[in-house]
Amino acid sequence: MKDGFTPATPGSALQAATPPSTLRQLRHRGGDVNPSAAALRERFGSAISASDVVWGETTVIIEPRRAHEIVRWLHDDPAQQYTYLSDVTAVEFRDPEQPIEVVWHLRSLPFRRFLRLKALLPRGTPLEVDSVWPVFKSADWLERECYDMFGIKFIGHPDLRRILMWEGYREGFPLRKDFPLRGRFSRAEQLRQALAANPEARYSMEELTIAAAFEDLPDEMRARLAGGEKVGE
Amino acid sequence: MGLSPRPETRTVTVDPQSQEGWVTTRLDFLVNWSRANSLWPMPFGTACCAIEFMATAASRFDLARFGMERMSFSPRQADVLICAGRVPFKLAPIIRRIWQQMPQPKWAIAMGACASTGNMFDNYAVVQGIDTIIPVDVYVPGCPPRPEGLMYGIMMLQKKVMNERMSDRSLRDEMEPDPSSQLYLPPSTIDELSEPFGNSVNQTRSGL
Repeated sequence: MKDGFTPATPGSALQAATPPSTLRQLRHRGGDVNPSAAALRERFGSAISASDVVWGETTVIIEPRRAHEIVRWLHDDPAQQYTYLSDVTAVEFRDPEQPIEVVWHLRSLPFRRFLRLKALLPRGTPLEVDSVWPVFKSADWLERECYDMFGIKFIGHPDLRRILMWEGYREGFPLRKDFPLRGRFSRAEQLRQALAANPEARYSMEELTIAAAFEDLPDEMRARLAGGEKVGE
Repeated sequence: MGLSPRPETRTVTVDPQSQEGWVTTRLDFLVNWSRANSLWPMPFGTACCAIEFMATAASRFDLARFGMERMSFSPRQADVLICAGRVPFKLAPIIRRIWQQMPQPKWAIAMGACASTGNMFDNYAVVQGIDTIIPVDVYVPGCPPRPEGLMYGIMMLQKKVMNERMSDRSLRDEMEPDPSSQLYLPPSTIDELSEPFGNSVNQTRSGL
């Protein structure tokens, strides 16, 4: 073991074996830039307005309405392979001049890379960005949560509804800075509206029925279900 | 309001020497005695209080000593609704419906500070005490209460059950919410109950 232990990493597309960097070695600003940032700039040019490295993580600022295209390329390009979307969220700052940011966290498992994409939505413009749902199905609920909490519209999302608050919640978007902590209505009015909600009316047809997915089931399960096996009550 | 020993008049005396095989007692006492010692809980656990509730039901504290080991996950066989944890507004119609599905006689325990008052979650999403939705018999303070605390609350509820009179018809009255608003308390009372207190008074409005 004189040469040090080199772990086998099946599936890694890294050419040279570089030791994984640890927090101890990182600087707050600067440091190694994720090579995908330069590749993005080369490929998309003006759609990439800036990139920055904070604590070793690269942030790339992109144009809001080209998010789908950019994420699609990052996902599909064999030299990038960002196949894992770990988060879609948004940030609003207390400073009213600062734009609202929509943030995507992407991870390339074969290249061991992490990339943070940000789209800036200036105040006074409609809060709209591209949905990345056609690329990552996991973006479905993440974007719904982001819409629920911040009111950001994801263009191209198939089913943009509230997810945490109930359907028909009328007080606004709770994580916005202009939203009062206790909500806008009196407690009695909030309770009245909550009790008026129908707890069973929250699901779309797709969530309620398995019939649509029947064709996608494995053969033996289809045979069992077609044979009259009971599922649930 | 502490627990006092049961009054002597409520004890049943049996004389084995008499060989007659029957005793006399008040029907009130007999019914209440059987009810109080077989309260089947409907656990409505939403947060960390539910963990303490599970600890109460487990072997060390052993809820079975109170005849409560049978958790009733269907409201139709339940006697006590134990709300353990915070209730967001989205759950309000659900706990209300569970309560309405429970048959009489029924009681409710608000376990922990969140279920009782909303605790520190004085925000847009959390109900400020489940007593704004359903009537509550016993409030157990604590964040979360220890199993001893919950058992103390259960014993208080048992004492309350033991003191019920069958002649008092109002005990079994179903709450009747206002048909238009579904509230069973006047809105002004709910607003008063939900007034901010303590440090949260200063946190009502965010900036801008």
